[in-house]
Amino acid sequence: MRLGAVVIAVVLFGATKLPLEHQLDAAHRRLGLRAVEFNLDLREQIGQLGFIAALSGFRAIVADMLFIEAHAAWEQTDWARVLLLFREVTTLQPREVLFWDMAAWHMAWNASTAAVNDRSQPRETLRIKAQREYFALGKDFLERGIRNNPDRPQLYEALARLYRDKYRDHERASEWFAKAAAVPGAMSYDRRFAAYELSYCEGREQQAYERLRALYDEGEKERLPTLLKRLKFLEEQLNIPPDQRIPEVVR
Amino acid sequence: MSGRRPVVSLRRINAIALNTFTELTRLKVFYFLLLFALLLIGSSALMARITFQQELQVLKDVALGAMSIFASLLAILATARLLPQDVEDRTIYTILAKPVERFEYLAGKLGGVLLLLALSVLLMSVVFFVVLFLRQQTLLAETARQMTGLPSAEAADAQANIRHAGVTTTLVLAIVIIYCKAALLASLTLFISTFATTNIFTIVTTVFVYFIGHLQGTAREYWLQNAGSTVGRRLFLGAIALFFPDLQLFNVVDDVAAGAVVPVTLFAKTAGLGVAYTAIYLLFAWAVFYRKEL
Repeated sequence: MRLGAVVIAVVLFGATKLPLEHQLDAAHRRLGLRAVEFNLDLREQIGQLGFIAALSGFRAIVADMLFIEAHAAWEQTDWARVLLLFREVTTLQPREVLFWDMAAWHMAWNASTAAVNDRSQPRETLRIKAQREYFALGKDFLERGIRNNPDRPQLYEALARLYRDKYRDHERASEWFAKAAAVPGAMSYDRRFAAYELSYCEGREQQAYERLRALYDEGEKERLPTLLKRLKFLEEQLNIPPDQRIPEVVR
Repeated sequence: MSGRRPVVSLRRINAIALNTFTELTRLKVFYFLLLFALLLIGSSALMARITFQQELQVLKDVALGAMSIFASLLAILATARLLPQDVEDRTIYTILAKPVERFEYLAGKLGGVLLLLALSVLLMSVVFFVVLFLRQQTLLAETARQMTGLPSAEAADAQANIRHAGVTTTLVLAIVIIYCKAALLASLTLFISTFATTNIFTIVTTVFVYFIGHLQGTAREYWLQNAGSTVGRRLFLGAIALFFPDLQLFNVVDDVAAGAVVPVTLFAKTAGLGVAYTAIYLLFAWAVFYRKEL
């Protein structure tokens, strides 16, 4: 009888707390704090250990252990394992930007270089194909990282570097550096880098010149060697009248 | 001058709480768990050093994870033994034969566990903050040395990034949430132990509730969205949503360690929910214990 009354009280309390929990959960989702959903897809992605860790509320610590394991796999240049482990790590802890950044770096920089220099593959075409596949894996990590952390500038910047250094796509690099610069807390050089990259894009010289000139006019702190060099180059390209040009750089 | 005895006396609750706390601190298992936790938090700095560019992050994850694990373990293990031990030692009869209400007895017992948890979390926090601060200072000095000659704005950005990843006030709030979760678990364990027949049953049941609690949010959202094709499935989801606490809400700590910006109001609401659960489970425990034959 008494236990029955307690069960009823528990249900009544449950009905009272349900909207509160639902509201709090909605607030967590709005802030991107519930990026890990428990379903069979997650179970397949992270394996049994990771799933149990996520269930028991220790996903951060397990993500770190797997990250250390990925570090060991990297030292052994076991790229397939590095990829697998980083997929688990980023699934378990999607709000940690450095995990996404490191995953992309390993794929697009380290694994891709190893692939293109892989002497066990005699056909160069296949080596280049493998290299590009690793670039794409790095890009995918960064894009997913940005979707999970739209408020953090580091991954926008990393994607810009990937376009600049690996794809040699200066237009996209400029676009992503500009996106990084627009996010609060961005590094001060992101705005400069966006303008530098634009200065390498054919047909965008005028726009690049205006941006670099605006930076130059901001004062001494922006007048760095690369900025002066690119500005001089664009003045020549665009035939800027001598009286509007910046002074010659004194060396 | 024969004034009526107050229904609930804070003095009596305090006396029982202090006595419970003293009893618990005499247990070897408490020191073993605490020592293990402190060692793990201290060694998190060593663990972090093998991770390139991730030091402070790994240090925070490992330390906060260790605090969460040990606080939860301590809450469950320490509370599960309280009632069975008192029955076995027959101290419960001596206490309840005195003018002590059963609610006061339960509140005192829970109070003792909460004091023990507070002390443990405080000790772990001190070690954690010392280790984190020392590592942060080392990294700041290393960065300053490596960035000599570079533009001052960039050096300042790099230093600011390290400070952002190091000791922040948000970490204190995260530790409060760890404590609230442990308090909730202690109260839940006390509730289960009022109708459990053995110590092991209490521990196993609480561990099951702990796991289900981490899935409660998913079940609740499915239930609220009218998902589930059959009546049986809907009843099952509804039961999970109503009976169990949503423990995932307390895992905001993981995101804090990852550097996510979490508003103070959200911390306050989560802590408030933890306090409400602790109080309600204590009331449920009292409701079962009220006229229980001992």
